[in-house]
Amino acid sequence: MRIAEVAGDNQPNDTSKTFVFYDEGHTLGNALRFVIIKYPEVNFCGYTVPHPAEQKMHFRIQTNGIRAVDILQRGLEDLEKICEHTLKVFDEAVSDYKSKSSKEETEALS
Amino acid sequence: MSNIIYMREDGVKPASADFEENWTLKKYQEELVIKVIKHDSSEMEFDIIGIFPALCNAFRRILISEVPTMAIEKVTMIQNKTIIPDEILAHRFGLIPLKANPRLFQYRMPGDLVGTDRDTLNYELKVKCVKNPHRRAGHYRLEDMYLNYEVLSKDIKWIPFGDQKLLYKEEDMGAIQDDIVIAKMRPGQELHVKLAAVKGIGKDHAKFSPVGTATYRLHPHIKLLDDVIDDQAERLKQCFSKDVIEVVNKSGHKIAQVKNTRIDMCSRNVHNEPQLKDKVEIGRIRDHYIFTIESVISSPPDELFRESVKIMKKKCAEALIELKNMTINVDVS
Repeated sequence: MRIAEVAGDNQPNDTSKTFVFYDEGHTLGNALRFVIIKYPEVNFCGYTVPHPAEQKMHFRIQTNGIRAVDILQRGLEDLEKICEHTLKVFDEAVSDYKSKSSKEETEALS
Repeated sequence: MSNIIYMREDGVKPASADFEENWTLKKYQEELVIKVIKHDSSEMEFDIIGIFPALCNAFRRILISEVPTMAIEKVTMIQNKTIIPDEILAHRFGLIPLKANPRLFQYRMPGDLVGTDRDTLNYELKVKCVKNPHRRAGHYRLEDMYLNYEVLSKDIKWIPFGDQKLLYKEEDMGAIQDDIVIAKMRPGQELHVKLAAVKGIGKDHAKFSPVGTATYRLHPHIKLLDDVIDDQAERLKQCFSKDVIEVVNKSGHKIAQVKNTRIDMCSRNVHNEPQLKDKVEIGRIRDHYIFTIESVISSPPDELFRESVKIMKKKCAEALIELKNMTINVDVS
């Protein structure tokens, strides 16, 4: 994966930026957008896949003072934590189910 | 504050907005609940409560198009006398699910035509149809008259490549189902092909997709606001999917009760009944997802879901590394 910035955002403090994610699409774009849009510091966050034949995703962040790059970094870190937590809860649910069903099986046999 | 999306006669009333606005990472970590409802070697159904739609959809998309599997990619035709053209046959070979565990292999380097024992599985198939020499008079079934009149997936034989013979067993490498019909033949026809399977993802070709379906839907919500009795109760039962509403006898009356909302199709048929439509409230619970995965490869579905979450995590990790290394890349296109 490569990330770049779209040219033309030359306002001070880098609070508004459009990032380009190569080889990414709606899968990462929409999930990341959902996480970042919840931050109180963010005024606007949106993504688009400019053309379906191009493996590219544009990701726009506008904040009220913080650097957009920092927000993007925080968003990615949070999304990573979310995945980690989901995996943990899922593992617990599956082992719960397995121990429950094996218990039922032994009860049915006895 | 309501977390139910109501399906009214005149349209959909969304759940209250503050439900979504107050979302934080901490709240997610505290409130996420996963319950496994059904789980066996090929199918799985589980509830995810408290997830957000974008993430749920990301997992579904990754399951379909980004979890890797092994599939036949290159077919060398040595002899094809069947009535099926080479290219159709090659396509059919590609679609056969293989037992090989994709995690034990690497992606083949682009441009590599031969591959190595770490990224390629070789197979061979050689079948010839002949008349059955021991056919008895008066027997006209195909299996009595001919030998090898069907080319089946079990005829595909694994040819160990390099060190593979020491690492894998033959029974772990073939096709998952033995009885997939690849072609049909008559005496004199034969098929001899060499096949090479590689690791790939569903984005490249649907044959690499590890799931038959991966879907999610919201949990239905049905609530009776008033007593529905006798004939009306039976009518109400007809408005929903089977076993969603039950009719019980209580003090000489038949009374309708909600039995199992989970299996409802959310058809809204009840809005066609003038006497019933105001007595029942239907909708869906906004953050209660019923996720279904059907695996077509040898990995069980829970393994595939774990894989999909890990791929999502990897995407974030890779982007973070890229972000740290990023000096000033400006996209000018």
